[in-house]
Amino acid sequence: MKLSFFLITMASALAVQSCKMKSAESAAGGDAAARTYVAPGKYDELYNFVSGGFNGQVSVYGLPSGRLLKLIPVFSVHPENGYGYSEETKPMLETSFGFVPWDDQHHLALSQTNGEHDGRWLFANANNTPRVGRIDLKTFKTVEIIELPNSGGNHSSPFITENTEYVIAGTRFAVPIANQESALDNDSYKKNFKSTASFIGVDKNTGHMSVSFQIILPGMDLDLSRAGKGPSHGWFFFSTYNTEQASTLLEVNASQKDKDFIVAVNWKKAEEYVKAGKAKKMATEYYHNQLNEETHTAASEVIREVLTLDPEELKDIVYLIPCPKSPHGCDVDPSGEYIIGSGKLAALIPVFSYQKFIKAIEDKAFEGEYNGIPVIKYEAALHGEVQKPGLGPLHTEFDGKGNAYTSFFVSSEIVKWSIKDLKVLDRVPTYYSIGHLMVPGGDTRKPYGKYVVAYNKITKDRYLPTGPELAQSAQLYSIDGDKMQLLLDFPTIGEPHYAQAIPAEKIKDQSVKFYDINKNKHPYASPGEKATKVVREGNVVHVYMTAIRSHLTPDNIEGIQVGDEVYFHVTNLEQDWDIPHGFAIKHAPNAELLIMPGETSTLKFVPVKPGVYPFYCTDFCSALHQEMQGYLRVSPKGSNVPLKWGTGEQEPVAAR
Amino acid sequence: MKKKLSKTARASIFIAIACIVTLWFVPMWRIDLAAPQYPEGIFMQIWINDVKGDVDIINGLNHYIGMKTIHKEDFREFVYLPIALAAFCLFGLVVFILNRRRYFYIWTGALLLMAALSMYDFWKWEYDYGHNLDPTAPIKVPGMAYQPPLIGYKKMLNFEALSQPDIGGWCFITAVTLLTCVSIYEWRRAKKMNL
Repeated sequence: MKLSFFLITMASALAVQSCKMKSAESAAGGDAAARTYVAPGKYDELYNFVSGGFNGQVSVYGLPSGRLLKLIPVFSVHPENGYGYSEETKPMLETSFGFVPWDDQHHLALSQTNGEHDGRWLFANANNTPRVGRIDLKTFKTVEIIELPNSGGNHSSPFITENTEYVIAGTRFAVPIANQESALDNDSYKKNFKSTASFIGVDKNTGHMSVSFQIILPGMDLDLSRAGKGPSHGWFFFSTYNTEQASTLLEVNASQKDKDFIVAVNWKKAEEYVKAGKAKKMATEYYHNQLNEETHTAASEVIREVLTLDPEELKDIVYLIPCPKSPHGCDVDPSGEYIIGSGKLAALIPVFSYQKFIKAIEDKAFEGEYNGIPVIKYEAALHGEVQKPGLGPLHTEFDGKGNAYTSFFVSSEIVKWSIKDLKVLDRVPTYYSIGHLMVPGGDTRKPYGKYVVAYNKITKDRYLPTGPELAQSAQLYSIDGDKMQLLLDFPTIGEPHYAQAIPAEKIKDQSVKFYDINKNKHPYASPGEKATKVVREGNVVHVYMTAIRSHLTPDNIEGIQVGDEVYFHVTNLEQDWDIPHGFAIKHAPNAELLIMPGETSTLKFVPVKPGVYPFYCTDFCSALHQEMQGYLRVSPKGSNVPLKWGTGEQEPVAAR
Repeated sequence: MKKKLSKTARASIFIAIACIVTLWFVPMWRIDLAAPQYPEGIFMQIWINDVKGDVDIINGLNHYIGMKTIHKEDFREFVYLPIALAAFCLFGLVVFILNRRRYFYIWTGALLLMAALSMYDFWKWEYDYGHNLDPTAPIKVPGMAYQPPLIGYKKMLNFEALSQPDIGGWCFITAVTLLTCVSIYEWRRAKKMNL
């Protein structure tokens, strides 16, 4: 009896033990494999440009396969190809605070024409040292970086107007303008701290950027932004938090108010004021770095003034719309009529109507002013609220069929809802804690649709464990049917925030295969082996070198002395697709070079000890790649070894 | 009357001249190459006065096996061939005006001779390129020659080569075939009339 009682207890204990929480493991739907399988040698349907977050780079994936195609260095040095290490690319990372080799890259915007992606350029923001970069989609290279004055944390950037008239740069951390110092307390914050919205004009032919004007706003955190489109073209909308204007413990102090704001900026009006001479010139200093594609060389220019507009004086350029609980995402639907603010601490999603907003301005339906800027009555601009959508709404994208897709960080899901009647239609879990989401073309007037990609903040058990530091995770869902369907997980590098995607057809055929050597205007280019030489100018030595399968010219160099500044200007003479050459020299403390066909790149090397330094091609270029090597002889300082150089049977040329 | 050309033959003179004239506007011959590293393929086109296509790439590759690089300037044929073809066309007009069967035969013979000589010359160049290799070349395969096929397909190391007439070549072949057929027709017609 006693034994049987014991057994029953044991059995029930075991039964309890075998009750487990529901696992988050989820199988993708039946045909998911077929829908994401891109056969070997076949191309993906879409290019997916993904921000790299703290790696400061942009990565390019193919969709629907999730295959990594390329890493484009933008704000971070990249020893793999010499970006930020070669003499040609160093100026790209210059700022008014010196050489900054890293940044936090959050958002991307493809250039647009008539509210559609045109496949010309990709803009990227730098959050830490406020900058905006431009990538040319013919070469997938960073060709321009502009620094932003009077900014702290360029987060609400680089969102774009529908004809790429402007790329926006809004301050996440309000700071005293003109790099002034200030005491750090709430009163000083209110008095001294400002936010700025910078409008970066983009030349419609060349893509060249310039800061057209800055609107100086009261101190608050401009979080994200979107340009109006269609009827609302001419306006820019920003979400804000910390309208409480706290300088410390924002976690608590910036979460006090029921509502912060959507800041609506009439940039067409602002443009008129600038034209009418109402903008003030402010002395400042910021860098503008551009790559010249003929010389393959970047140069920096320092700009010393900026035009500013004060919305307290110019009353009709900025209006505030109350929005619940520290809104994060601020998204405009494809029709340009609806503006969605996502209060990240709110239990609902407010949807504002552009028409109602304009009518509220006409009717002067204001509830008051905030630091001299009119605040519109919440209800006057409201189209409606999505009730109980989920927890922690962040961002919203659109499919062009009247549906919105909102990411929820806290409840870790994507929720599909109807813009017209604000009804929740479907929800799918994400693994885990989604940040941004992206529908191809979902931010344009004509979304491509078909998929939504979740860029998740937490990965945990989704892939084989790799120690404490894990890859980030993206997930691809089909949105073709009524129900969203998980198709694929793929790991990403850095920390992806926002992303963009564009049909492959809009880019692939314009991709450059190599540079025309006859158009290479690099001042130290060697257009052929006959042009190679070594020139000494004091303690500076220029080596004009060429690389072609499978030798470097010259490959034996003597007469270099300890302490010389040696510049290897390597020209890749190949004129064929996918034949880069590399260049590395023993003990070089910087990096290697990867030189594309027809290009010239320069590596600086200052030998610190005498000896013989081998150098070689690092990119497996040909059957005789391993033989593509040479030697640099370094003699003690003051040595009388004459300068000489050559390759093969060529008689070494005497020093000149 | 007996020695004069038929209407067909006289018309064929203009057709043949037209065929030959196209050679100034379209390539004569084409060699396609493919290798694992060149999935997209590379090619070379031979014109009556030039060599076009991926010649630089082919020259770059040829250095491994020590093959001479191909340069337009090395071919005296690019000077002689246009002159010879132009002369042929003028001769055709003369045949038309003189309107004699004998001249027509000679004219046809000239074209056949030119065709034969050109093919022999082409073969000789290919032999020269394929066999006269630099003894210091990095890649030496004992017994291996790299003579491209005169016409048709051949595999050499990692490369596959396909050699064939291009549009101009086909026009030339049309002219040769036409004139040969018409000559035979004329000869039979003459025989019949003599009977």
